[in-house]
Amino acid sequence: MAASATASTTLAPAPACPVYRVTGRRVVRSEWAKFWSLRSSWITLGVAVLFLVGIGAIGAALYSPSGPLGSASAQSGPALTLALSGTNLAALAIGALGVLVSAGEYSTGMVRSTFAAVPARLPVLWSKCAVFGPIAFVLSTIGALVSFLIGAAVLHGQKIALPLGHAGVVRCLVGAGLYLGLVGVYGVAVGVLVRNNAGGIAILAGVVLVLPGLTGLLPSSWGNDVSRYLPSNAGQSVMTLHPSGGSLISPGAGVAVLVGWAVLLLAGAACRLRRSDV
Amino acid sequence: MIEIRELTKRYGDRTAVQNLSFTAAPGQVTGFLGPNGAGKSTTMRLIVGLDAPSSGTALVNGKPYAQHRAPLQELGVLLEAKAVHPGRTAFNHLMALAYTHGVPRRRVEEVIDLAGLHSVAGKRVGAFSLGMGQRLGIAAALLGDPAAVMLDEPVNGLDPEGVRWVRELLRDLAAEGRTVMLSSHLMSEMAQTADRLVVIGRGRLLADTTVDLLVEQAAGGGVRVATGEPARLRSLLTAPGVTVTSRGDERLVVSGVDARRIGQIAAEHQVPLYELVTESVSLEEAFMNLTHDAVEYHSSDAGRAV
Repeated sequence: MAASATASTTLAPAPACPVYRVTGRRVVRSEWAKFWSLRSSWITLGVAVLFLVGIGAIGAALYSPSGPLGSASAQSGPALTLALSGTNLAALAIGALGVLVSAGEYSTGMVRSTFAAVPARLPVLWSKCAVFGPIAFVLSTIGALVSFLIGAAVLHGQKIALPLGHAGVVRCLVGAGLYLGLVGVYGVAVGVLVRNNAGGIAILAGVVLVLPGLTGLLPSSWGNDVSRYLPSNAGQSVMTLHPSGGSLISPGAGVAVLVGWAVLLLAGAACRLRRSDV
Repeated sequence: MIEIRELTKRYGDRTAVQNLSFTAAPGQVTGFLGPNGAGKSTTMRLIVGLDAPSSGTALVNGKPYAQHRAPLQELGVLLEAKAVHPGRTAFNHLMALAYTHGVPRRRVEEVIDLAGLHSVAGKRVGAFSLGMGQRLGIAAALLGDPAAVMLDEPVNGLDPEGVRWVRELLRDLAAEGRTVMLSSHLMSEMAQTADRLVVIGRGRLLADTTVDLLVEQAAGGGVRVATGEPARLRSLLTAPGVTVTSRGDERLVVSGVDARRIGQIAAEHQVPLYELVTESVSLEEAFMNLTHDAVEYHSSDAGRAV
């Protein structure tokens, strides 16, 4: 086919060999760009950090030795409990954002463009997790650290004051970040599973906030066993200084359980992604 | 090159596409035509792998779309439904797609200019008019400098200037040797753009033809004759392969003989003619005849009476 004179007005001639190619790294780059180019990402991340730092700081400011935490010794970590008291709400914000990252593509139709560009589909799921998981982890860890440091300044001289260098404190703060990062990943997976913003957020909120309370209704002989392995309680064991008693597992086991949930949800999401029409 | 082989797609007990086969060849504009609900969009979704076929294959440049290393370079698509996040700017939307393939920013700017989106590239897509959204979709389709483009109802919502732009663009792309396939439910639109026509109805192939051939095939037009002696003329014209139907007192519609021959016969037998007109069938009519039985949604008089 002879290229006519009009050809030059539209496009350069097609190159003989392909210069473009889809790679895993490029899909991650694309998801990174997608994440930061939406206002909802900035707002929701801001809200999550605000919950973490704000509620932690308020908790520390409202502390009084005669209050419920007054009798606790510093070693049991009440300062840490105060610093991380915003974790549940932050988890809600970050989980919701995770849902938006994936289900938002379905609700807007963007998913058709996404999967036309990356028809293998699964790289998109991994990339979303690889982008949002670390973002949520890093910001949450920083948020937890700031919350703790503000608390430490406020509580300076009080009986429960705890230095950052105290054994296990950093582990708890990073643990809080890890928990929130993984909640973000849960959100992404749930979003792919239900493909609906409101539904995904409702499910996530239910699992994080409501389910732990409901296990109290189970017969205590086995209700406790179930409760310990819920994401929220496994998260608690990761960010508690001395997880003890029947209700919490060890921090190491907590990490394993949290990661296990992520693997389970992602496996489900991957199945749905491969099998269902878009 | 887009090759569809015995493609079938069922959604539950509804068959959207049934045993469909056709080829869109390079260097041509292939019009994909059918009434609403005929299965055009479904076929396109099957081609890009958004939906999996129940049976059959769809190949793009020799391979299933999903198996290409740079899909956007093989086939650029504009799907009918919106495929953009309204909160993202046009530029960021295109960049996000470009990143997946390593398409440089320069190329993104190029397609933005090409689609005439320069002044709105930094605006969020949610604020776009239908026409601007359509331009953005076409820009995205061209992003990977694809060997084939497939556009679903590309002129929807475009102003006359935009319609002309799309037509010229598609002709140019085909002239460069690319495969161009576009769908429409408007025959008139196709007549202006397409070389070849693939017509479907209820998911089935009705015709794989050209614009000219379609008119010829569907031309049940015939010749309209008005005469003072219709009965006599009718008997004079009777011959194998000729049908004569009467329309009113003096009018006949004759097919199988052309107007010239009818005039001669009438003159030889001194039958006065008041009117002798070849009824040409418009493309629109030809299309309607072809798809009449396959239209999913008929507008009915009964509905109006209620």
